[in-house]
Amino acid sequence: MALRQKVMVLYLANSALDSPTIGWAVYDGTGERLRMAGDQDEPPYPTGLAALKDGWRLFQASQLLPHHRGEEFDLAYLKYEFFFEQLAETAQ
Amino acid sequence: MSEILDNKLPLLSTTQMASFVARGFLRFDAVVPDEINRQFLEEAGQPPDAEAGGNYLAAYMRTLAQSRIPEVPAGVPLASAYAPGSALARILDLPLVRGAIESLLGDDPIFDHHFLHVTFPPAYHREGENVSQHTHQDSTIDPRQAFDVQVMYYPHDVTREMGGTRFIPGTHLRKVSEVALGRYQNIKGQQHMVCPAGTLLFLHHGVWHGGGVNQAERTRTMFKIRMQASGSQVRRWDIGPPEGKPAQRPIFFRKSLPEPDTVAAILTTPEPWFEQDTGRLEYVNRVKLWRYLSGEPDFDADYWMTRLEQGA
Repeated sequence: MALRQKVMVLYLANSALDSPTIGWAVYDGTGERLRMAGDQDEPPYPTGLAALKDGWRLFQASQLLPHHRGEEFDLAYLKYEFFFEQLAETAQ
Repeated sequence: MSEILDNKLPLLSTTQMASFVARGFLRFDAVVPDEINRQFLEEAGQPPDAEAGGNYLAAYMRTLAQSRIPEVPAGVPLASAYAPGSALARILDLPLVRGAIESLLGDDPIFDHHFLHVTFPPAYHREGENVSQHTHQDSTIDPRQAFDVQVMYYPHDVTREMGGTRFIPGTHLRKVSEVALGRYQNIKGQQHMVCPAGTLLFLHHGVWHGGGVNQAERTRTMFKIRMQASGSQVRRWDIGPPEGKPAQRPIFFRKSLPEPDTVAAILTTPEPWFEQDTGRLEYVNRVKLWRYLSGEPDFDADYWMTRLEQGA
């Protein structure tokens, strides 16, 4: 048996972990299931807090950064990114 | 295309233009006649049968090489890109298409590039190779207010099993670097192009999108043409009778639902994926784009810009 990491990234509607999920990604290091873009139209958890309650461990959250003068209205990437993990045993 | 100033063209309405500004797309289902769809597929060429072991790239290269669709240099007038009578020339000559292009880009648009997108089913792939395309924004970081249009043409029926183009409405005003956003597998409100043959999707160049994985038995074909304005994009649609500057409507504290089809209402309608704070910045950026297209430098929706400009 070996431990492998499952990683889930949730994008939330604001910096609070209990705010709604607006985007998500799952990468499964066990190889049980190949996840890919566009494979799920509804989020796996309604909020980040719901993921914590289901046993996912938070290991990174995006920082809150000030807005540079002159660029206050420029939008680019999603702001509120939270990385979670689970460790799963595999037969490898 | 030289006839594009014909006043009888079905130009886009103000409501359609506002929706394009807010959401970055307009979809027209089954507007290309079946006879042209068949002609296009014949000119595009049939992909070769799958080979044992799977090598979809070789099949793709053979499909492109054998296609009768021409190579076209970037920067030529769109009107001269395709031979008269070819399927693509006939599509661009459809009144709906001419009217939409005129409305969005003005006179004499410029051809940028085109591409024959073929998505291959599992039989063409090695194990684990058949995946969807990462979500991306085309080209590269593009800080312009002006925009290009990408016309996506679906010459045959597309089922959900065939994947279809995935796109996220309302993402077009974000300044990102191509597939840097590939980490985002799924975004709330994403749409998949499941559509009948002859459907056209007009996209603002900035809309985030990607090809869906094909899990069906047959190949899926989509043809894309990117084009840009050669001159002004201001007030090229069916403006209608002059109405004067619309009055600001009450905001936040309202005792009834607002009119849904006004420009202000369309520009301040959120997408399911909007963050709570930056959703308001999306409204600001939509207002800026409407100002650009309408030539009205003081246009506003729900006071988002006026508030910031008072005393500035």
